[in-house]
Amino acid sequence: MRVYSYYPGCSLEGTAKEYDYSLRALAPLLGMQLVEIHDWSCCGSSAAHATSHRLALALAARNLNLAADMPGGARDILVPCAMCYNRLKVTSAELAADSGLRSAVESDLGDKWRGAAITAKALPEVLLGDIGVDAVAQAVVQPLEGLRVASYYGCLLVRPPEYTGFDDPESPKSMDELVRATGATPVDWPHKVECCGGGLSITNRELVAGLVADILGAARDAGADVIVTACPMCQANLDTRQGLAGKTRGTDFGLPVLYITQLLGLACGLSAASLSFQSHLVSVAPLLEKVRQLGRARQAAGGEGC
Amino acid sequence: MKALVLPASGAPGFAAEVSRLAGTDVQACYACGKCSAGCPVSASMDYQPHQIIRLVQLDQKDEVLSASAFWLCASCVTCSVRCPREVKLAQVMDALREISRRSGVAAGQPRIAAFYGSFLDLVRSGGRLHELGMTAMYKLRSRDLFGDIDLGVKLMLRGKLKLIPGRIKGRHHVAGIFRRVREHEAGEGGKR
Amino acid sequence: MPRIGVFVCWCGSNIAATVDIGQVTEAAAEMPHVVCVEDNKYTCSEPGQASIRQAIAQHGLDRVVVAACSPRMHENTFRKTISAAGLNPYLLEIANIREQCSWVHADRVAATAKAIDLVRMAVAKVAQHSALTSSTSPVTRRAMVIGGGIAGIQAALDIADAGHEVVVVERSPTLGGHMAQLDKTFPTLDCSACILTPKMVEVVQHPKITLYAYSEVEKVDGYVGSFKVTVRRKARSVDESKCTGCGACWEKCPVKVKSEFDLGLGTRKAIYVPFPQAVPAKATIDREHCIYYLRGRCRICERFCEAKAIVFDQQDEIINVEVGAIVVATGFQQFDQAAYGEYGYGEYPDVITGLEFERLVNASGPTEGKIKRPSDGKVPETVVFIKCVGSRDEHKGVPYCSRTCCMYTAKHAILTREKIHGSKVFIFYMDVRTPGKGYEEFYRRASEEDGARYLRGRVSRVYPKGGKMVVLGEDTLLGRKVIVEADLVVLASGMIAQPDAQEMARKLGVSYDQHGFLTEAHPKLRPVETNTAGIFLAGACQGPKDIPDTVAQACAAASKAAALLNREALEAEAMIACVDEARCSGCLWCEPVCPYKAISAKTISERVGRRTLTRSVAEVNPSLCHGCGACTVACRDSALNLLGFTNQQILAEVEAVCP
Repeated sequence: MRVYSYYPGCSLEGTAKEYDYSLRALAPLLGMQLVEIHDWSCCGSSAAHATSHRLALALAARNLNLAADMPGGARDILVPCAMCYNRLKVTSAELAADSGLRSAVESDLGDKWRGAAITAKALPEVLLGDIGVDAVAQAVVQPLEGLRVASYYGCLLVRPPEYTGFDDPESPKSMDELVRATGATPVDWPHKVECCGGGLSITNRELVAGLVADILGAARDAGADVIVTACPMCQANLDTRQGLAGKTRGTDFGLPVLYITQLLGLACGLSAASLSFQSHLVSVAPLLEKVRQLGRARQAAGGEGC
Repeated sequence: MKALVLPASGAPGFAAEVSRLAGTDVQACYACGKCSAGCPVSASMDYQPHQIIRLVQLDQKDEVLSASAFWLCASCVTCSVRCPREVKLAQVMDALREISRRSGVAAGQPRIAAFYGSFLDLVRSGGRLHELGMTAMYKLRSRDLFGDIDLGVKLMLRGKLKLIPGRIKGRHHVAGIFRRVREHEAGEGGKR
Repeated sequence: MPRIGVFVCWCGSNIAATVDIGQVTEAAAEMPHVVCVEDNKYTCSEPGQASIRQAIAQHGLDRVVVAACSPRMHENTFRKTISAAGLNPYLLEIANIREQCSWVHADRVAATAKAIDLVRMAVAKVAQHSALTSSTSPVTRRAMVIGGGIAGIQAALDIADAGHEVVVVERSPTLGGHMAQLDKTFPTLDCSACILTPKMVEVVQHPKITLYAYSEVEKVDGYVGSFKVTVRRKARSVDESKCTGCGACWEKCPVKVKSEFDLGLGTRKAIYVPFPQAVPAKATIDREHCIYYLRGRCRICERFCEAKAIVFDQQDEIINVEVGAIVVATGFQQFDQAAYGEYGYGEYPDVITGLEFERLVNASGPTEGKIKRPSDGKVPETVVFIKCVGSRDEHKGVPYCSRTCCMYTAKHAILTREKIHGSKVFIFYMDVRTPGKGYEEFYRRASEEDGARYLRGRVSRVYPKGGKMVVLGEDTLLGRKVIVEADLVVLASGMIAQPDAQEMARKLGVSYDQHGFLTEAHPKLRPVETNTAGIFLAGACQGPKDIPDTVAQACAAASKAAALLNREALEAEAMIACVDEARCSGCLWCEPVCPYKAISAKTISERVGRRTLTRSVAEVNPSLCHGCGACTVACRDSALNLLGFTNQQILAEVEAVCP
């Protein structure tokens, strides 16, 4: 078992709760133990970094300090949310590079900076770098052969690369490798890192609907059955704005948007209920049906059963 | 559009202030336009990203702060990653929002400003973001009362909107962080 | 009976895609005297050439036709090939089935038929060829360099260092040219005078170099290896051999004249050296302004000259110089800004040119290096630079880019910001062009470190308002009108040809382009040669150039000239005109049409019956004839023939294609 400090972030308590549930269910199957950081707070993303550099750093620093204070000692933090991941990485880097900034943030915190030894890691980074794609493939009990999956990385998982760094900012591959480990086919498509406008989803609906429509259209053109992501904002935006996006283009995209953990959970034999598929706006039922059919066809053809 | 009168219409030092706060040199920009070409929201902006940089270079503070472009920036960081001059435009946009807020200028995109304000108020009081509470507060502030009501209902039915805000023990620490940052900013504002 | 081999080239797919090579070889095999036909994928390649050599030996070929690309491309290649196999190189004919066939036709059937016709013509012609040999002429191992700017200086030093005598002719009283007027040089900011004056001194001290300053080339005769140049040494009114350059004369001279060297921003005397480091350091009397020449009295200079060097009745002197090679380095002039009324140059003193700015910023200039605006001597706070004034403007200027202005303007911006603390610099530009080593970095330095603000757009108008110059422009990146209230406006003037460049070109017998710049023989592969053998180009007389490019080109021209002078004798063109004296009536219509002055009259004696008569006939100088063929057209008696293109050979071609 690899033990990680776990920083869920605010979204995983609300709109992205299925990300939290599916990750917690999947973790033991992949040999991970998650210990939630005690009394964690907002990471300083979105509104904070958009309007106050110092506030954003101090909010993130508080959580990195908490991780350093964990009883098990300074462990890597697993950060499923791409935004939180990005903020924690940027903060670590900026405080490491600039001692003036460090003392400013210490005065804002009213506390010493203790997070220098803590590394925040994104989920694909952990699964590929620490667990290994072979271990993931070994945990698969229900291969998703025949399923075509578009991996959508969005912005903050891979940008800016000088802070994130585990994947290529223009042509990332990490989630595609995980998809391949499930037996499904990762589709090659051009919109892997195009912004979906998630931050503006509430305030500028029409603008965002256009961006979402472009991304969904590209995934559909590539023949994807489903989109997977590792960002709560992307998932929420592509899911909740899919109806409006379809209206602007006079179409029904009908593309379910899953968290990468949900897809992995499905392949590793977790139940639909434990993966919270019922909380999606775009119905996942047709997808699950397709997976069942593919499984039956495989068994009929005499492939290895599960 | 009115003419720029140089150097008279500039606010001396504005470009340097933005560069310092953003941690990037705006004067490095040679105006190739690659940022605007790749920006997902540039079509909705009143100024293109490269034009914002251009105005900053020329110290045109009033005109820049009255723009809505930097409020619309979705912080996707595509511009920064692709800039041949390594200008961190996303950080420039952050810096402009910060300068705008601190100078008390009316935001070019009041809804986005209201959204950010609601977000931060909830974090200040609870330590974490309570999405339902933030949405309600945003709707009151932006007067965008009826947009997305149907969506809200759907999310509620799927249990995605937590009704009761969870309050962390360290919320007073978080509130203290807010207070100290704001005090520092006010002090800096006074010095300027 | 001739034995002809035909070699058809595919040129990869360049020819083979459009012309059916198989049909061409089959048809060629049937042509008269053809004893061998081959085709090659690339005939110019080493295997292709080897197959020609082999076939010559195997089939005993005495003539060869290569059906391939233009003779301009590979005629020389194949001449060498057959020569290596023991044939006279002129027993070759090229059938151009690429540029004149496959590249310009799409119809394969018609193109193949045309290719066959072209080969048929070449076969008929080559059957008439005879071996040609070329004459040789000796080389005068001395070079002339015309122009004493940095291009001429560099070329002269390089040729002299290669061991040849050099004569430098400079029309102004001193060496140095435009480079002497510059302050710092981009992109390293080293001082122009500091790197130039040692070279100027080296020229006069070099044992192989003779300098004729204040002298002009009057006339050029002769040909490569043997030019005869007439030089006018203008009267300085000073005996150069006596003048020590002590300066007593110009200190005492009562007449102040606007200094050409300082572009009118400063003054000199009527007897003067243009600038303190001038080489040679010999005084010159400006007869247009000297009181003695105007009114017949004064002679103060003569009184104070201890060396007794003043010679008021000195006359121009004409000298003749024989040289084997000439390097032309006559430079450029600045575009005349008067064409731009909207910028007010000449009307408002605070609108100046880039070269004038060089004098203002130069420590030995009229303001001792303090940037002061000409109107009131005030130090400017806001300076506007306008680029592309004259350049890239077909309406008022020239269509081309002057290549130096982007860089010198960046330099001016840096110097302004360094010299005037707190100054603001705005640069209006259309593009920033920095193709040179360290150039882009230098421009970025001006913009980032030195705070020059670049505004993309052309200025529409400059006018005065309350002691300032108002500059109306557009920032096209913002789509906004921009108004800058400036203290000083500097126009980045383009470079144009010298006013008498065309006259010089005609004297030399070299060609020039529509802008008056002298034309190189090939823009890429022969950049410093002219179409006239033995005459080479260096520096901005060939087109706008900065100092690094000018020096590089001067070195190249010098190496070409030195290589020529290293030879004992020169082989002349073999395909030249020849006169059939029996047919020549001596009308000499051919003489004026010859562009190379290669034809003259000669007297011959003939026996007619029992009497001996003398008469005039035309004679071709084989060293001068370029084989252009103009004389053969002018000849009414068909007495002139161009070897390798005789009337008989051309008619054979015509008959082959129109039987």
